[in-house]
Amino acid sequence: MATTITMPQLGETVTEGTVERWLKKAGDPVEKYEAFLEVSTDKVNSEVPSPVTGKIRELLVQEGTTVATGTPIAIIDEVGAAKASAQAKTSETPAEKSGEPPKSRDAMAESANMEPVPGFNIPQLDVKSAAASSGTPTMFPPKSNGQREEAALRGVSPAVRRLAREHHIDVRGVRGSGASGRVTADDVLAAAKLTPSGAATAAPTEAPRAPSKPGPGNTSTYADPIPGTTIHLSSMRRIIAERMIESRKTAPHAWSMVEVDVTNVWEWRKREKDRFERDTGVKLTLLPFFIRAVVESLAAFPLMNSKFLTEGPSIYVEKDVNIGIAIGLPANLVVPVIKHADKLSIKGIALAAGDLIERARKNKLTTDDLKKGTFTVNNTGANGSFASAPIINAGQAGIVTMETVVRRPMVQDDDSIAIRYMMNSCLSLDHRVVDGYVASGFLADLKKRLESMGPRGAL
Amino acid sequence: MAVATSSSQVLNNVEAVRATLYEALKNDDKVLILGEDVGNRGNVFLITKDFVKEFGTERIIDTPIAEASIVGIAVGMAMEGLRPIAEIQFADFIYPSFNQIVGEAAKTRYRSNGEYTCPMVIRTPYGGGVRGALSHSVSVEALFYHVPGLKIVVPSFPADVKGLLNAAIDDPDPVLFLEHKKTYRLIKGEVPDGHYVIPIGKADVKKEGSQLTVVSYGLYVHWALEAANQLESEGMSVEVIDLRSVRPMDRTAILQSVRKTRKLLIIHEDNKFGGIGAEISAMVAEEALFDLDAPIRRLAAPDVPAMGYAMPLEEAYMSSPAKMADAMREMVKF
Repeated sequence: MATTITMPQLGETVTEGTVERWLKKAGDPVEKYEAFLEVSTDKVNSEVPSPVTGKIRELLVQEGTTVATGTPIAIIDEVGAAKASAQAKTSETPAEKSGEPPKSRDAMAESANMEPVPGFNIPQLDVKSAAASSGTPTMFPPKSNGQREEAALRGVSPAVRRLAREHHIDVRGVRGSGASGRVTADDVLAAAKLTPSGAATAAPTEAPRAPSKPGPGNTSTYADPIPGTTIHLSSMRRIIAERMIESRKTAPHAWSMVEVDVTNVWEWRKREKDRFERDTGVKLTLLPFFIRAVVESLAAFPLMNSKFLTEGPSIYVEKDVNIGIAIGLPANLVVPVIKHADKLSIKGIALAAGDLIERARKNKLTTDDLKKGTFTVNNTGANGSFASAPIINAGQAGIVTMETVVRRPMVQDDDSIAIRYMMNSCLSLDHRVVDGYVASGFLADLKKRLESMGPRGAL
Repeated sequence: MAVATSSSQVLNNVEAVRATLYEALKNDDKVLILGEDVGNRGNVFLITKDFVKEFGTERIIDTPIAEASIVGIAVGMAMEGLRPIAEIQFADFIYPSFNQIVGEAAKTRYRSNGEYTCPMVIRTPYGGGVRGALSHSVSVEALFYHVPGLKIVVPSFPADVKGLLNAAIDDPDPVLFLEHKKTYRLIKGEVPDGHYVIPIGKADVKKEGSQLTVVSYGLYVHWALEAANQLESEGMSVEVIDLRSVRPMDRTAILQSVRKTRKLLIIHEDNKFGGIGAEISAMVAEEALFDLDAPIRRLAAPDVPAMGYAMPLEEAYMSSPAKMADAMREMVKF
């Protein structure tokens, strides 16, 4: 049976898409949910999974061509009884209509005897500029592969939706034990027991798959890496890799660290946090205090808020102070930006950061959220790191980290010893833009500002 | 299986009603019974047999075939301090008294700003499955449960009959007391001795289970239990809730169970459209949508005007333990 694949609608207002790259060519076998092309639109970039298992008969649109959504772009000869998803329309070929045997008899026979494709690609949903991946805990990923989700989510009960959200389970990855393979509430709870909270997903099991075996050519996924197999990078991970190389290659990194006594800030936060969370619904962490100190220090050291331009070459001193926050997700990394962070109070920063973090986790960041960063803060301490050497976000002069806060006996000015809350802060700097003189001045300033904060300040 | 103990006895539902009425007549001079054939005939099911000999014609009153009068007179008696128990011989005959029940009894407290109340019970046998055809088979609860000010009780076990009938007689407001006539002699159970009360508006979990909540009342509770036991032997766990009162409705018990099992099947003998199940499902959808793992389902009679006399018609109208088990199976496996 031939299945015609049409240009998917990647986003509510999107009316057309560009075939960026075919990941398969005519004659290639393709498995259900295996990514077989990349489509880009003005909003997103997405790998499109095959709705069926079969063999590519024909690619109808050339790479780089833009067509309206709904336009046929490929034909897949389906193998077995796999059902076409809502995205695919099954159509008879003219030959079949006229009662003749299908032309590609050989192809079909070949398909039928085709070796099963080893491994299985988790359907990747990659929004180039926004956060996304199959590993992200969310019930409703962006619409970029909308119809496929719709098909996968059909029959998802309210209880399943709620439980999946609460346990950060992606229902698409849960084996359904209900009627017609429906995912039941108990299935979600069982999956939640197997999955550490926050680190989303089990591999999709809708289609039976051969277990991946180690060996060249066998693949696994980023979310479920299997030793001895290859992981094909999602476009998101490709972009991360490219950006890292670009930054490391072009910006000579230098590194410095200060030790900050955050006892007062810690007390301040402790005093405010319950009321703050009650009033705003946002958890009050150390991050907004830190960012507040960073933007003040950036004002004192504008060179740290600059970028190196190869044209000229020159250094452009940024007008705005837009702070990127590095957020690690199970399968990738996003750096949404708090715009004009220098114009926000600690409360304003906390709310802005809380919003970005929540949307990052829910996969709901927009392209704009990720743009225009001028400096980056990385809360590496959240995972217990004591010191780290981050890579600068390309196009910025530096990145500063908050390391883990530990209680340590510290010798005080009066030679007494006190237990203090101590935190390291590490700075990677683009040595083309600033030297150690400015950088250490910046760090010392940051330290001074943090240590003089609170404990009785106002948010 | 009901076993009598020293402080209880095994009764069927007719005997439970009779014993409770007798005690009430004994204990309170203000209690009286009026209805068609309740006196010399002793009620068509012999519930009040010989009562007239002991309590006299002033307290056991045979009335003409005039249901509006039966209820209307009872309303007046209740407003003036008596405790009338009005009997409608069959629920099918209750329609002439609709105005007296809905327009008078249910509104008395409100209309008089609390100066008058209407502490009366309207007892009536209802329900099908007894070859009663058009005029001896109806379920009338949905016609009345829309009405604020009226309580509706539908017990299905003898012990519940006694406790709830006592509560109904004690209640300061009108109570419609529905007795399923097929359960009258079919259902036997242990009934505690002495006076006790089961609060109106409290459901009872008759069987605990984890995979599906079944809410029912009347005869169908017994059939639902039979079906649930069948499913249990197949390895499925079904919780059966006997509403006992359809108004007030025990929302807490229903929600608690649905939140546990995440699936709800409502079974009633009355027809589906606008029935008790409609209210329950709306309430659960409002309160517990995000606990539901399956669409709410109602197993109810078809929307036809009446139960036919012919056996196949009656069977088609009535549910059965087998039909219930099928619906339960589907829902557990959903």
